[in-house]
Amino acid sequence: MANNKVSQDTGDLKLDRLSKHYGDFCAVDDLSLVVPDGSFFALLGPSGCGKTTTLRMVAGLEEPSAGTISIGDTDITTQKSYRRNVNTVFQNYALFPHLTIFENIAFGLRRRGVKDVKTEVENALNLVEMGHLAQRKPNQLSGGQQQRIAVARAIVNRPEVLLLDEPLGALDLKLRRQMQIELKRIQTEVGITFIHVTHDQEEAMTMADTIAVMNLGKIEQMGSATELYEAPKTAFVANFLGQCNLIKGKVTSRANGKAVVLAKGISFEVPLSRVATDNESVFVGVRPEKLRLDDTGINSIKDCVVIDRSFVGTSTQYLVKAPWDLDLVVFEQNDEGLHDLRVGDKVSLEWDPEHTFALDGAQDINAGSDLDDEE
Amino acid sequence: MAFVHGLNTAHSGAKSSLKSKSLTPYILLAPGLIWLITFFIIPIFSLASTSTMVRPEGAQIGTYVQELRFANYVDAFLANKEQYLRSFVYAAFATLLALAIAYPLAYAIAFKSGKYRNILLVMVVAPFFTSFLLRTIAWTQILADSGPIVSAIKVLPFVDEMFRINNTSTAVVIGLAYNFLPFMTLPLYASLERIDPRTLEAAGDLYANGFTTFRKVTLPLSMPGVVAGTLLTFIPAAGDYVNAAILGNPGTKMIGNVIESRFFAVVDYPTAAALSFTLMATILILVTLYIRKSGTDELV
Repeated sequence: MANNKVSQDTGDLKLDRLSKHYGDFCAVDDLSLVVPDGSFFALLGPSGCGKTTTLRMVAGLEEPSAGTISIGDTDITTQKSYRRNVNTVFQNYALFPHLTIFENIAFGLRRRGVKDVKTEVENALNLVEMGHLAQRKPNQLSGGQQQRIAVARAIVNRPEVLLLDEPLGALDLKLRRQMQIELKRIQTEVGITFIHVTHDQEEAMTMADTIAVMNLGKIEQMGSATELYEAPKTAFVANFLGQCNLIKGKVTSRANGKAVVLAKGISFEVPLSRVATDNESVFVGVRPEKLRLDDTGINSIKDCVVIDRSFVGTSTQYLVKAPWDLDLVVFEQNDEGLHDLRVGDKVSLEWDPEHTFALDGAQDINAGSDLDDEE
Repeated sequence: MAFVHGLNTAHSGAKSSLKSKSLTPYILLAPGLIWLITFFIIPIFSLASTSTMVRPEGAQIGTYVQELRFANYVDAFLANKEQYLRSFVYAAFATLLALAIAYPLAYAIAFKSGKYRNILLVMVVAPFFTSFLLRTIAWTQILADSGPIVSAIKVLPFVDEMFRINNTSTAVVIGLAYNFLPFMTLPLYASLERIDPRTLEAAGDLYANGFTTFRKVTLPLSMPGVVAGTLLTFIPAAGDYVNAAILGNPGTKMIGNVIESRFFAVVDYPTAAALSFTLMATILILVTLYIRKSGTDELV
């Protein structure tokens, strides 16, 4: 076969100082990262953050303005898309409407002149549990089924890296949950590197081993879901992943493994390991579920007022106004310790220093919090 | 009370809308139906009846009486089978030529034209702003013996001094291809434009190079356009008589020319009518076979 020359490199995927400019607009800005071989990696960010552009450069569908892409020791930056050992699951699946499901999945195998197409396709169909649909056409399938076929069509080629571009975006919530688990299972089963692009933080946290949070063409922070959630390094990450309370203050001392931050006359303790800046001006951050409606802790704010309350099943969410111009979000678990406060009730808040973090105070305090969802 | 009242009006409202709904399709159909009956169904019966008429012995030219003489068809066909066959050959060549020109054109407009797309589409239909006849006559200038194309070809070695295009079968085919080019281009454009560019990216992602992507994805997905375009070119081209009359010679006459001269010059209505019917029937059969063969019913 003439098209047999697909590169067969294995190893980590490396992006080195990768940039993509469209005229004056910089979609991806000097981005470097390493995706370990066999990992489930998520690129998470709001729309327009450059995550899809990054993915398309890896797929060979966009040419980088600068920088290199390599798999293992092979530079694939200028390699044509059809030569790369990389396959993509497209956002709206992009199945071939004129071919049967069988032929859709066989497409890549046939191009590479693989011998036993039938067995390979059947295995892929079984992997996504769609064996009975082989002779259908794509438009006879539901969204969820098309999604699985798109995954099978890519995975049957055993690529070195599988790219998933918002693959669950068009599915309803219940199906999306199901497919998240499914995709994770498939990844574990085949052991291929998955790079998953999404704007849905929950989706990224559910599936990925490592998440890179992107904003304005750069990586804000990279780490496991727990790391990003519990110890964000920027206001953008703190706000984009879940909800967060940020309190502006000044560092008054850094000693004995802890920093003391003064805000409106109240001092808060933060473990030094959780302070992400050397600046004096900081944001003290704490997640809503870490706050307790009590006043015995080291970090506490007294004389607050409940201004809103909503019951969401597992928890009750309060919006609480501090004695100054600051609203705090508090989640209280719906168990026997529930306070069941009403709007207008006076309350005190407290939380543990080890749940506190401190971020550079020069940032926009609302970064990453008011982004329109793509869906 | 108000509730009951509201319920009543809602009920009668639904009833009356149901009644008017049942009439609406007929009202909407009426203008088209009247048009079709007046200008298609009635004339076609009149044509059918003319085709089996006979001129009584000694009667004036143009006077015919109905004798249900179906042998008219055989006579008309046998007398003109050369022109008849030629029509389909010319139409086939013209269709292929138009397809060869229109496909890359439609492809470029659909995928590569960017912001110029609308201007290019207007340019495709722009020739329609001048008369069909004038445009065909203009080709006699372009293809003239001392014109730019013939002069340029004559520069080549081994080209005969007597080489010409005007008044040859080549000129007729070129004229046909030119005149029906927009009918080929527009359906092709419409079906190419509908292709999701991501399916083309997906083909590239699945190891297909540019040519394979075209062969395995673009071309099959544009088949509805190819079928529609070739039909819209072939059908009128087979019945055309203007191109053969202006760009051809007496030896390139098509069936349309025969029908025209039978009707207007010779005033032999039965033969003209019989030929018209034979042409119509042949085209219908060819089109049916073609659509069956191309198997695009489910793609359209």
